[in-house]
Amino acid sequence: MSPGGIAVEGVEKRFGAFEALKGVSVAVPNGSLTALLGPSGSGKSTLLRVIAGLEQPDAGRVLIAGQDATAVTPQKRGVGFVFQHYAAFKHMTVERNVAFGLKIRKKQKEEIAARVDRLLELVHLQGFAHRYPSELSGGQRQRMALARALAVEPEVLLLDEPFGALDATVRKELRTWLRRLHEDVHVTTIFVTHDQEEAMDVAQQIVVMNDGLIEQVGSPRDLYEQPANEFVMGFVGEVNRLGDDLVRPHDIEILLEPDGNAREGQIERVAHLGFEVRVELVLDDGRRLAVQTTRQDAEERELESGQIVYLRPDGARRFVGP
Amino acid sequence: MRAASGIQRYGLRFVALGYLAALLMVPVTIVLFRTFEDGLGPPLEAIASPDGQHAFWLTLVCVGIAVPLNTIFGVTAALVLVRHEFRGKAILNTIVDLPFAISPVVIGLALLLVYGRNGWVGQDLIDAGIQVIFSTPGMVLATIFVSLPFVVRETMPVLQEIGDEQEQAASTLGASGWQTFWRITLPSIRWGVAYGIVLATARALGEYGAVSVVAGRISGQTETLPLFVENEFTNFNLAGAYAAAIVLALLALAVLLGMNLLKRKEREA
Repeated sequence: MSPGGIAVEGVEKRFGAFEALKGVSVAVPNGSLTALLGPSGSGKSTLLRVIAGLEQPDAGRVLIAGQDATAVTPQKRGVGFVFQHYAAFKHMTVERNVAFGLKIRKKQKEEIAARVDRLLELVHLQGFAHRYPSELSGGQRQRMALARALAVEPEVLLLDEPFGALDATVRKELRTWLRRLHEDVHVTTIFVTHDQEEAMDVAQQIVVMNDGLIEQVGSPRDLYEQPANEFVMGFVGEVNRLGDDLVRPHDIEILLEPDGNAREGQIERVAHLGFEVRVELVLDDGRRLAVQTTRQDAEERELESGQIVYLRPDGARRFVGP
Repeated sequence: MRAASGIQRYGLRFVALGYLAALLMVPVTIVLFRTFEDGLGPPLEAIASPDGQHAFWLTLVCVGIAVPLNTIFGVTAALVLVRHEFRGKAILNTIVDLPFAISPVVIGLALLLVYGRNGWVGQDLIDAGIQVIFSTPGMVLATIFVSLPFVVRETMPVLQEIGDEQEQAASTLGASGWQTFWRITLPSIRWGVAYGIVLATARALGEYGAVSVVAGRISGQTETLPLFVENEFTNFNLAGAYAAAIVLALLALAVLLGMNLLKRKEREA
């Protein structure tokens, strides 16, 4: 493990009868930007909170920068945490929110003022220092929360569904911005998301979780091209099932004439989604699937609903059942 | 349809205002009127009498001890009841409401049973030189008892509403539990606490039953304002009774006004 990174070893956590984490081990390299990706209830937020010290694991340990931090309180752990619903200090101005951690550390007034100014500039909130959180939009509040977390120069930055409460446009904007911020600040960052596109877009490394366990760890490209199992394949992108084979919509070729073992299907709908076209089909056995193709291809071959075509999967995967 | 709803609306207002007028405003106005029937002299004299003054100060002492103690206890209990899970939580939650449910006279009797001469610890305390019953400590205890639930009950919903994310955020930023309480939790719940304090003060000011049982009602010694009012009244010193009643009413009114100001501030916040 690299010196500044995080290691989670055999962490288990249960809430009453519910097992949130069933023995999770993962290493996060120093300075990396890592996503914890999974459906709700997969344990990703619990894992993040265990790393922050906001939850105590029932078993296992957490190492931060090589030191066992399992028994260290969040207060002393040196992590910055950003909550989905911002957790803004409502009775404080933006400036005082950001300065909070520095005041607790009893820094000099001038030093605090200078650092707060710099951070507000970093998160593009220069003009908002004297506003209250209730006077900010969701995106601005979340940027304020980020500045507040960064103010204490944490060794680790943890974000729990940071963009989950924001609308789609702001969410896209903020995730680009988070990636750039990480390039500037270079603090080891872990963020939780259930949105595979968000994870793929922002993270260098993705940890896919399901049902309290880690399914796969890898780069966005690895996960998409080499999914370890059916769950990962289905979670990181759309999947069609052809018999025992799983195949991505863009890995199916549409043929106008029968050819060898190509499956017959009838086009149900052709949806134009801009550059790409999504063709929805019904197979002879009644199963439905979707194929992605380019607009040019669809127009050249005049694909339209009702048409009978033949489908040849290219690059299908088959996962042997457990 | 509209006409009917108009009649309904005015009917409702008539009932509500009529009820308030008949049961609250008319009696209070009559007290006010009676007090100054013979000019300012008699009521002022009654209030300025040593017994009257003593009653006034004793009331302030009882309120001044009971309300701060109940505030500290109330905020602590609310934090425990909202933020912690433990066995017996439901029981504690119910016990907090006991003073609402039990008649003040019964509370007074209960205090007698514990601290009275023949009570559970009464004799031991008297031997130690502490007289609780028929003395100020007993009256303070009775006041604490009856005004206990207000701060807890007003603070709990606010604590629930703000959640604990802000506190968690403060802890990840390096704040200790104590720092988090003073800098984050208390400022967030301050209006709820203030509202509870106002209600507790109003209740403590006016408490008659429980205090009456434990006081022994020695004029100039164990008489709070409400007891003084009753005493003057039964001694046919009506001017004194009315005057003290007015003072009490003014204190209560000031507290209620304070409460309304707080409410307005809370809405703005």
